Amino acid sequence: MSSDAAVVRHTLARRLGDPAVLSLTVTVSLFVVLSLAGGMRFDGFLAPQVFLNLFIDNAGLLVVAVGMTFVILTGGIDLSVGAVVAFTTVLLASLVQHHRWHPLAAMLLALLVGTGFGAAMGFTIHRYRLQPFVVTLAGMFLARGVATLISVDSIGIDNSFQMAVAGLRIPLGGGTSLSVGAVTALAVVVIATLVSRSTPFGRTVCAIGGSEASALLMGLPVGATLVRVYALSGFCAALAGVLYTVYMLSGYSLHGTGLELDAIAAVVIGGTLLSGGTGQVPGTLFGVLVLGLIQTLIVFDGTLSSWWTRIVIGVLLLFFCLMQRLLLRRT
Amino acid sequence: MRRLFVHPTFWPLAALALLLMANGLFNPGFLALQWRGGHLYGNLIDIANRAAPLALVSMGMTLVIAVRGLDISVGAVLAIAATIAAATITHLQAGSAQGSLLPLFAAIGAALVAAALCGLWNGLLVVKAGMQPIVATLILMVAGRGLAQLISDGQILTIYYAPYAFLGNGFLLGLPFALYLVVAVFIALKLLLTRTALGLFIRAIGDNPLAAHVAGVRAHTITPALYVFCACCAGMAGLLVSSNVASADANNAGQLLELDAILAVSLGGSALTGGRFNLFGSLVGALIIQTLTTTIYSIGVPPQVNLVVKAVLVMLVLLLQSPQFRQQLRMLAPAARSSA
Repeated sequence: MSSDAAVVRHTLARRLGDPAVLSLTVTVSLFVVLSLAGGMRFDGFLAPQVFLNLFIDNAGLLVVAVGMTFVILTGGIDLSVGAVVAFTTVLLASLVQHHRWHPLAAMLLALLVGTGFGAAMGFTIHRYRLQPFVVTLAGMFLARGVATLISVDSIGIDNSFQMAVAGLRIPLGGGTSLSVGAVTALAVVVIATLVSRSTPFGRTVCAIGGSEASALLMGLPVGATLVRVYALSGFCAALAGVLYTVYMLSGYSLHGTGLELDAIAAVVIGGTLLSGGTGQVPGTLFGVLVLGLIQTLIVFDGTLSSWWTRIVIGVLLLFFCLMQRLLLRRT
Repeated sequence: MRRLFVHPTFWPLAALALLLMANGLFNPGFLALQWRGGHLYGNLIDIANRAAPLALVSMGMTLVIAVRGLDISVGAVLAIAATIAAATITHLQAGSAQGSLLPLFAAIGAALVAAALCGLWNGLLVVKAGMQPIVATLILMVAGRGLAQLISDGQILTIYYAPYAFLGNGFLLGLPFALYLVVAVFIALKLLLTRTALGLFIRAIGDNPLAAHVAGVRAHTITPALYVFCACCAGMAGLLVSSNVASADANNAGQLLELDAILAVSLGGSALTGGRFNLFGSLVGALIIQTLTTTIYSIGVPPQVNLVVKAVLVMLVLLLQSPQFRQQLRMLAPAARSSA
């Protein structure tokens, strides 16, 4: 065991040459630079609560993006997540508000439905060799369609339990606090990081993204893993839907439009290669934080219109995609 | 008879005919055409007219998909073209004489040039930067609507200019102008694809890019050109849509258009994996989608069902195209026969 240090040093050197790690370094630096730039321009930008608000406001996106990371790691994509979020909010609001279910029971059902929905898509993709983006596109139509069938109008929630959860703040000292949603999202990030790093499932996911044929030849359970990855993404989307319902206290079939694009952008900015195989969950966390920070900067500025967010996200996507191409070409 | 069944456009056409016939049965007036005030009126004309923007985009999308590409930015490009056309008209109208046609042609030119630039951008990202098509066009899809809103300053631009309305609402020899545009683009493409080697090249690139390259097919010129063409189709669709409602909404125009176009292409029998493509099939696919929408409105089902129907339809078409699924069906069929 004396060679442990040497092994660590060797892996460190190798990992810095890894495009995904380098990409993550760039993302973290970008986050720091953006924060400092904001701090220099605006008073109070560097206040701790501003950063905690990033988690509170982007809890749903963070959870969705974590699920998306696994899907993209296998070389797939899940376009249905925004629609599943919308469906979950409508289902929850309808069950709680119109059918007088207990919120916890409704949440449990919503999570099961989301997971099952994802698993069904994963099964179709794997069993019939269909392209993930078309299958999840159909899933997107279906989820949003069913959501509008349940209710066209936005359903407000005035359930006392739900209101209490929404208002609950967990103090962190110094007058700062986090919402239940933000804590849940952070827990998801931690668990997902552990799962992707130190379980057979996590390693199989990366192996499939690297080369599905090789993974099959190695005897890895490719089919089961693919189904589980999409089920995981469905679960994450449903969980994000639950968080959205708590955050907005309403269910609406138009919640989460374009959320899939933000999630994909966050994953890419976080250093996960869209071709699959390399990337990591903590990177996605920083991807989401960068997106949130841009939003915050635009709000702090006050003169920039909201559409600048979209343009800046597009430019960032371009930058990171080009950088990934260059890094891949070099190795 | 057998040759009829295997003809690539047979099944899409059969589906369209079935849909129209079902409509005719439940609603006898559905298929009727009327000649009123020098124009032909009726549900059929209405369906064709409303399907025109989607039909245009589907043709562009067909060719992009044929070379193993994908363009998910068409909705955003449509919004950009519509906004630029509206902005150009508003800008030029003040300076030109009443009834002058200059703003009309300037708007068409500006919108198409903008769309072509968008297509060139997509094409270069795919070919020069070597990005996956879905990622390359995702960038414009995300940023495009932002750019359109930047041009329109976040407003819905209203067009107060009579000549422009001709594109989306005008009639020529009794038929809507939009139909002529679709047919003209289709015929021009068909000639280009069958009378020159272009069709062969496109199929070669889609079937096996490496083999095509080795055989000397200039994929690096053809592929970006197809993205430019697809974006121009989206630009023309943007002109039709904004002319039809006399306004340009940067945020909502062409929403989900990319999905409808992909659906039309797959309904038309083109392989989503590239190579085999069917231009006429895509036109039929666009008509099927519009007929479905019109049907759902006319039989009084809540319009929200539309999304669910489309989802089921996509899944069905995809499954029928999958060799694994067909094999499963074939294995099930004898079993059912022997047990009966």
